[in-house]
Amino acid sequence: MAKYLFLKHYRGGPTPTNDVPFDQWTPEEFDAHCRYMDDFAERLKVTGEFVDAQALAADGLWVRSDGAGKPAVTDGPFAETKDLIAGWMVVDVDSRERAIELAAELSAAPGAGGAPVEEWLEVRPFMTEPPVIGG
Amino acid sequence: MDDAELRRLAPVVLRVLVRRGADFATAEDAVQEALIRAFDRWDADPPRDPEAWLITVAWRAFLDLSRSDAARRAREERVEAEPRGGEVPDVDDTLQLYFRCAHPALTSSSAVALTLRAVGGLTTRQIAEAYLVPEATMAQRISRAKRTIAGEGLDRPGDPRDVMRVLYLVFNEGYSGDVDLAAEAIRLTRELSTLVDDPEVDGLLALMLLHHARRESRRRPDGSIVVLADQDRGGWDTDLIAEGIAILRAALERDRLGEYQAQAAIAALHADAPRVEETDWVQIVEWYDELLRYADTPVVRLNRAVAVGEADGPLAGLAAMAGIGDEVPRRAAVAAHLHEANGDLDVAARLYAEAALAATNLAERDHLTRRAARVNQLR
Repeated sequence: MAKYLFLKHYRGGPTPTNDVPFDQWTPEEFDAHCRYMDDFAERLKVTGEFVDAQALAADGLWVRSDGAGKPAVTDGPFAETKDLIAGWMVVDVDSRERAIELAAELSAAPGAGGAPVEEWLEVRPFMTEPPVIGG
Repeated sequence: MDDAELRRLAPVVLRVLVRRGADFATAEDAVQEALIRAFDRWDADPPRDPEAWLITVAWRAFLDLSRSDAARRAREERVEAEPRGGEVPDVDDTLQLYFRCAHPALTSSSAVALTLRAVGGLTTRQIAEAYLVPEATMAQRISRAKRTIAGEGLDRPGDPRDVMRVLYLVFNEGYSGDVDLAAEAIRLTRELSTLVDDPEVDGLLALMLLHHARRESRRRPDGSIVVLADQDRGGWDTDLIAEGIAILRAALERDRLGEYQAQAAIAALHADAPRVEETDWVQIVEWYDELLRYADTPVVRLNRAVAVGEADGPLAGLAAMAGIGDEVPRRAAVAAHLHEANGDLDVAARLYAEAALAATNLAERDHLTRRAARVNQLR
């Protein structure tokens, strides 16, 4: 088994096929979208592949140390042009192919006009522990 | 024996151990061990006298913990100056327990965790699940909290306000995991109200009951939010409402108003309206004015603006928002609502979308996105 992270971006990723902002959809289209996402997560729980899903608020900033005893340096809120992560899902699957298959299914959530959004999801394998045999 | 009954016994047993001379921190760990054993065994083999069983098992656990602690403690600096049972005979033991767990030297998250465990009788695992953190993290948080208050003397009287703040936080966390935190907060506030002669405690209890009465109507089965105006009032729990209103009325008669009673009065006026159109917004505004005298915060001012919008029209509501900064949570959502009511649909749609982006929880974000979508359709 291997864990994969599906990263969803508010902005900064390549443009989706059905690129209409949420607030321009009808309420029914938005409901259908939410239902699709919930159903997807539920299905992965049933198959034993779901690990975690979290959403991030849009608010955020850069922070760094400015030396001992000094207050932190901050830069933010994020500029409009910055790549912004909206949230993630973590799955535990048998193969890279299965991870890609699931990410594609998630990306097909319906959007404006009921057509799939086909947004781009960033798929990243987790680092693993070194194997026991052959290690 | 249900879990609630078992949890009720936790502080009773803790008090017995402390009265026998056990230090608070170790005694609390011992009670926790006894509770976990009870959860494991009682289903198959319930004791005849649960309280006696718990005291015996907890006392044995205390002796074990003390023995294994003894060697370690010899190496460590001894920071504890625990008052022994019997040394403070004037103070009610249970109330003392509440004060200790809500000690102002503790951070809010530590005070909440310690209260739930020592007074509420929850296990570390249950508390960790409710707050979505690993169990080891929660265990660490609780033992650090106990170390913090071990160094603090109990020479000054406790402040019920500290306890109320902790219970309010627990209630607001609502429901996640297998423990109903809202119900737990109500149970503990109910007990506190029997220990403290302060109408504000009754005000807090009334506030909780009146909000709890609406809980089934606040969310759809899919988790989405139903705002107050759209809730099915037939689904409200009328027993809880009646109890909340009776408690509030008795508290108000004592003429020592405070922020919790004022908040409960506002909740009571909502609960009193059989249909949303019958809501007495004028009186609600008056109660917000009272509330401002005790808690003049931007959030209270914002909620007052909503009430003013209903009582005197959306333009008056927008005027009442003057001076509330952009950084105040839900400001854009309230402005959107008032502009929508005033027929400025373009502005409302833009503000709803802005509010959705600023939302700090998914249910609210989705709700505001739906509003934006709906207003956009009306334009």
